[in-house]
Amino acid sequence: MIRVVVQTLVLLAVALVTLVLLLLATGHAPGPALSAMASGAFGSSYALLSATPVRAIPLALAGLAVAIAFRAGILNVGAEGQLLVGATAAACVAALAMASPGLPALLVIVAMLAAGTLAGGLWAGIAAWLRARFGVLEVISTIMLNLIAHELVGYLVRGPLQEPTRTNPQSSTLVEALHLPVLVEGSRLHAGLLLAIGLAVLAWWWLRNTASGFRLRAVGGNASAAASAGRVNVPRVVAGAFLTSGALAGVAGAVQYSGVTFAMYENFSPGYGYKAIAVALLARLNPLGVLVAALLFGALEAGANAMERDAGVPNVVVSVVEAALILLVVAADRWRARTGNSTRE
Amino acid sequence: MTAAGSPSPVPLLSMDGITHRFGPTAALDSASLVVRPGTVHAVLGENGAGKTTLLRVAFGMLQPDAGTLRWRGVVTAIASPSEALRRGIGMVHQHFTLVPAMTVAENVALGERGRYDPSRAAARVRDVAGQSGLTLDPEARVGALTVGAQQRCEIVKALARNVELLILDEPTAVLAPQEAAELLAWTRRYADSGHAVVLITHKLRDALGVADDVTVLRRGRTVLATPARGVTESDLTAAMLGEDASTVRAVRAARGVMAGPVVLSARDVRARDSRGVERLRGVTLDVRAGEIVGIAAVEGAGQQQLLRVLAGRLRPDAGAVVVPEAIGFIPEDRHHDALVLDAPLYENVALRDAAARGGHMRWDVLREETRSIIGSYDVRTADENSSARSLSGGNQQKLVLGRELSGGPAAIVAENPSRGLDFRATAAVHEQLRLARDRGAAVVMYSSDLDEVLLLADRVYAMHDGVVHETARDREAVGRAILGGALPSGVSVP
Repeated sequence: MIRVVVQTLVLLAVALVTLVLLLLATGHAPGPALSAMASGAFGSSYALLSATPVRAIPLALAGLAVAIAFRAGILNVGAEGQLLVGATAAACVAALAMASPGLPALLVIVAMLAAGTLAGGLWAGIAAWLRARFGVLEVISTIMLNLIAHELVGYLVRGPLQEPTRTNPQSSTLVEALHLPVLVEGSRLHAGLLLAIGLAVLAWWWLRNTASGFRLRAVGGNASAAASAGRVNVPRVVAGAFLTSGALAGVAGAVQYSGVTFAMYENFSPGYGYKAIAVALLARLNPLGVLVAALLFGALEAGANAMERDAGVPNVVVSVVEAALILLVVAADRWRARTGNSTRE
Repeated sequence: MTAAGSPSPVPLLSMDGITHRFGPTAALDSASLVVRPGTVHAVLGENGAGKTTLLRVAFGMLQPDAGTLRWRGVVTAIASPSEALRRGIGMVHQHFTLVPAMTVAENVALGERGRYDPSRAAARVRDVAGQSGLTLDPEARVGALTVGAQQRCEIVKALARNVELLILDEPTAVLAPQEAAELLAWTRRYADSGHAVVLITHKLRDALGVADDVTVLRRGRTVLATPARGVTESDLTAAMLGEDASTVRAVRAARGVMAGPVVLSARDVRARDSRGVERLRGVTLDVRAGEIVGIAAVEGAGQQQLLRVLAGRLRPDAGAVVVPEAIGFIPEDRHHDALVLDAPLYENVALRDAAARGGHMRWDVLREETRSIIGSYDVRTADENSSARSLSGGNQQKLVLGRELSGGPAAIVAENPSRGLDFRATAAVHEQLRLARDRGAAVVMYSSDLDEVLLLADRVYAMHDGVVHETARDREAVGRAILGGALPSGVSVP
């Protein structure tokens, strides 16, 4: 436990040094840039209650999706597409609900989230079926499905889902009654935060303490040993984990729609599904770690925006830092595995 | 141990005093081999006798620790397979090294320098294949070829490098009988055209049917080198099995009298391997409570599939199998099939019955059970939280054994249970299997080491080519039966 904390601090220190070096290399004064970044991420009640956590919520939910899949040995890199269809399904439910007013708001909200969950699961189910039936690598199929989902959204917001005025390629705006409840008056912090925390704790507990969670980890650890020594039905476990992963990414989309954007449009997701892979890896696939990593990324993104706005530093600098963090984590894992072997044998 | 044949021209290849160690064990202990031009030379021996190792030295894949190699009479060090090919030595391995997605012509051209010209490559394959009398379509995709055709592709690949000495490692093991006969006839013709072929095999009939000279290895030494003419199958068997055949026989009396009711049974079972080749062709056997049944076989006789059918891990295509619910399975490859290396020991113990568990994992109970396995099976480890990877091979095996044996299964299936273990760990594994037997479990074990089977088993089934015969616990009888020279059950050799 202490080792993990130390490692995390070392990582953050390295990230900070990287950032400073990058700022110097690109000719920006580190002082003002860093202070703009810090105040954008934590420096105000707005930053603390809205900018950072609201950015973290979709990353946490989609990060859980990626972590669950990776733990089962499934390289689901399709959280982006699953998130998009999840949001789209929620928008469809919302459109139907707004067309027939008078339904209880809570019921509609639950239905939106359920539709997102289901749609994300089904979208992942296509890749799961392709893998089970034809042996199609999920890395390929889920990436392809991301593109298809993106085009699907593009079509829908110009066609059946487009707002009645037909001016912009977007759906009509969700009426306020159907928004996810806001947690703190005056902020943008919505109930999706509680959902993300609840699901992360649930996933952590499930993987650790239940027989089905153990089977998922065993299949991810060594599928042939799980089949041979544990007589586990590997295809079934893989399919279940794939669908669960898709469902989590789908609910991430539904939450983002009903809690933040309130409309569906083509660039609905600025790559949440891809950043989620980074979040999951940074968390070393631990569901509770996903929460922390998502907050860190949320803070980095909020800070990057502030830095760009207030200090004129392009926010790609922060993307480089994010990428450096991932490389460090992966390299540290490899290194630990290697040295662990040689000293013990 | 003189070179075979009459005073002949300079041998093509002559290896003398070749020693090669893998760690502390000598795979080759001053072995020798003399191959004359224009001959087919069979190299015979049991599993692990050192046949493949010796020829890998000739092919430059392994460097000898001692000994000399002469190529055309000149002392030569062959540093790598590419050097061997340059000098005219080619080798076709038991497991092919082809790229399935490429065509025959592309595979043959692989590893060469310069530009790849499809039509020239195809023409060359047609040339080489035609000259040597092998049928092969240069444009066919290798993945779509039969095993026999893939083997011809491997051979053509070697011939295209103008080799003069072609080494074939167990070439008939993967072939149907008809294909095998064709291949052997081809080696004859090929040798007659002035080249030389080394045939690594444990099939006596293949050797005597086609070879001019025979070399027999036992425990890394050359024990017989002779022209094939005038040699009988029993001469070769005696050389392969050695003098100790008669001494092992008396080691232990059979314990079959203790045996109880039939626990495991198979009736006329047929099964295929993952590639769809039928490996079990009508197996019938029984295992009773309180006995150890040993399966003796050479590689590829179908024992892998038989053990998995008996352990309930493989569904047979036909036939009836009775397998109890509680069954311990100790697979040969513990890293692949038994352990999650990065998981802690208690999770590896929990892996048993993972499919049957529901609800919560009782980790406290499982940790306690793991501690008790660590104690009673003498697993050397810090504690139950260590990863399986951190254990030595012997301790990993003891953990697997403890997991599979604790809880008193009605039956135990063990495949090469002492593979890769040192003497002490092997003895511990044997002791545990005997204890399980004495507790009344029905135990089936296979070992590629015939002596280990004879040491442990109360009854022995010899397995050959997908069928089993119960055989006397007699090294020579079992040895003959697994090599295909099957004798009726219980007949002793004069």
